[in-house]
Amino acid sequence: MALPKHASTLERIWHYTYLAICALIFLFLIAPILIVIPLSFNAEPYFTFTEKMLNLDPEGYSTRWYDLLLTFGMAAPDAPRDSSWWADVWANAQWVNAAKNSVIIGFFSTLLATVLGTLAALGLSRPEMPFRRAIMAVLISPMIVPIIITATGLFFFYSMTGLANTYIGIIMAHATLGIPFVIITVTATLVGFDHSLTRAAASLGANPTTTFFKIIMPLILPGVISGALFAFVTSFDEVVVVLFVAAHDQQTIPRQMWNGIREQISPAILSVATILVLVSIALLTTVELLRRRSERLRGLSPG
Amino acid sequence: MSDAAVFSDITTQTDSLTTADGRPLKAALAAAQARARRRAFFLVLPLLAFVLLTFVAPIGQMLHRSVHNPGFTEHHDIASGAKTPIMVNLRQWFDDNADAAPDETAYAALAADLLVLRDLKAAGNVGTRINYERAGSRSLFTKAARNAKKLEPPYTEAILDLDEDWGDPALWQVMRGASSAYTLNFYLAAIDKTRDAGGNVVAVDEVRQVYVKLFLRTLFLSLLITVLCFVLAFPIAHLLATLPLRYSNLLMIFVLLPFWTSLLVRTTSWIVLLQSEGVLNDAMVATGILADENRIQMMYNQAGTIIAMTHILLPFMVLPLYSVMRPIDKSYVRAARSLGATSWTAFRRIYFPQTVPGIGAGALLVFILAVGYYITPALVGGADGQLISNFIAYHMTKSLNWSLAAALAAILLGGILILYWLYDQLVGIDNLKLG
Repeated sequence: MALPKHASTLERIWHYTYLAICALIFLFLIAPILIVIPLSFNAEPYFTFTEKMLNLDPEGYSTRWYDLLLTFGMAAPDAPRDSSWWADVWANAQWVNAAKNSVIIGFFSTLLATVLGTLAALGLSRPEMPFRRAIMAVLISPMIVPIIITATGLFFFYSMTGLANTYIGIIMAHATLGIPFVIITVTATLVGFDHSLTRAAASLGANPTTTFFKIIMPLILPGVISGALFAFVTSFDEVVVVLFVAAHDQQTIPRQMWNGIREQISPAILSVATILVLVSIALLTTVELLRRRSERLRGLSPG
Repeated sequence: MSDAAVFSDITTQTDSLTTADGRPLKAALAAAQARARRRAFFLVLPLLAFVLLTFVAPIGQMLHRSVHNPGFTEHHDIASGAKTPIMVNLRQWFDDNADAAPDETAYAALAADLLVLRDLKAAGNVGTRINYERAGSRSLFTKAARNAKKLEPPYTEAILDLDEDWGDPALWQVMRGASSAYTLNFYLAAIDKTRDAGGNVVAVDEVRQVYVKLFLRTLFLSLLITVLCFVLAFPIAHLLATLPLRYSNLLMIFVLLPFWTSLLVRTTSWIVLLQSEGVLNDAMVATGILADENRIQMMYNQAGTIIAMTHILLPFMVLPLYSVMRPIDKSYVRAARSLGATSWTAFRRIYFPQTVPGIGAGALLVFILAVGYYITPALVGGADGQLISNFIAYHMTKSLNWSLAAALAAILLGGILILYWLYDQLVGIDNLKLG
């Protein structure tokens, strides 16, 4: 993007204007995500910067909203903070329970989506797969069909089959929503896959199972893990299906946030948001590292 | 050339070749290929079955619900699970007397059915079913069922004495429509149409026409958001595509981090930024751009929906654009410049046409996702920023008119599937990229 030496004044002006525009768009993308981090340390119950915060006065900042995440819903929040206090947190705090539910649902739906999705991606990337295009279209459609339609359908279906208000029901629904991501990432990894490796393994006497675990799996693992992370994030962020088919006491983090935003909006939401932003930074880093590793393994880039 | 192709070349030359165990090579090859096809298919089968069960079947059931509502024909006792046919006499009368005005036999049938409703305590449900299409009917049914025992011939007078509304031809038309569980009336309602007393399809009252406007608003806002996404995505995708990889990978974080961040977090952030006591308004008041009493309302209206959704969908535009722009060869533009084109002409005639596939892919994807958006409009849209999905949710959770919700959802689904098919034809689902 360097400006050539012979550029005219007009071109120079345009070039710097263009860079400034790009900077503003990047700001538009990132500022809303970073703004919640300082605000979550607000000492006051406001959603905006106070005088003290702007003067960097330590009194303007506190971790009270993070503390509230632990104490909200506890039986005895004011008791001394010993082991029984932490046991109380673990058992009763609403946000902690929501996190537990989210992790359980996320873990099992990811497992289901990843196992089924990886198998299917292996089949779909074989040239002899019949009806490949049509089947692919069906398997990707949960990502395209509006979530409200999926949730409506599941509501009718689950109330008929008795899966409503069960963990199994939510896990199956979330697995369905995560499957397109697994399919996309794993088939993308398999595009560059060298099939002579499997033939070499077979010629050396490996049976298909051994070939899969010793040859194919290590090579596609980065794609599988990326897909699994996508599936986990999808489940961890999903609220509409949970609202439609889960029981009232099956709180998850997004559902709790949803209620918080609609009803008693408090900076505690911002502290949850901050934690989630940190989680997404960690996930993004992981996926990026995996992508580079995968490219290196397949010899796509010289790094 | 693959092994199979080599084999088939050989077999077309001569059919007399055999495998080691003496089978004709052609048959052996066909068997091997069929085996390979089966093996590939069996790998996909578990997932396909799973998706059919947890996704296709539920949506099929929803579509069924949009044309089927047994509220007037069947009573479902929740406690025992028993299903009893109801309104039997009146339905029989409707079958026997097509297009006839209700006479004494019709009122007699109604009286007999009301008695059944009273015993089953089902008048409320039946009334609700009629109420979907004619407001105020629920109380009519509950009141009549309460007094069903007192009704005596002549039934016409007896029932009209209870409430004159029973003589309303529109009510009888609705009951006639509901007497069959299968009906297209919910689709009519979803496009602001209804049936008049004579059974003809007419528009509903002007004040009650909401859905066509809502569909149009959804289309308009989605289009606007798609255009905004394009305008914002094009410059940064171009910058990312022309910078050296080590810088563009770094800047890519600005696009991918929002992509990975929870939707609810991003929506919350916009509330924090845009509400009238929020960061942006506070900043403008503090710097004196805005008087304290003139704070701009940017949230809980259409503006909130547009801003937040543009931000949320922007990565879906940047990524396809970037993946198309990155491989564009710089020498084309240089050649154009060396032939005397100004930088604007070179961009317009040479560079831009090469980015069109990326624009198409990104725009279609953003549009498809925007049309069905629910969460963000629900949280920041206020009254006039609601989209069609929000009304589906409203009918599912508040008004409980599930068949209308299903009909609205079916129309939305139809539109989405057409766009999805278009996307598959133009871009190919295989080319969907995530980061």
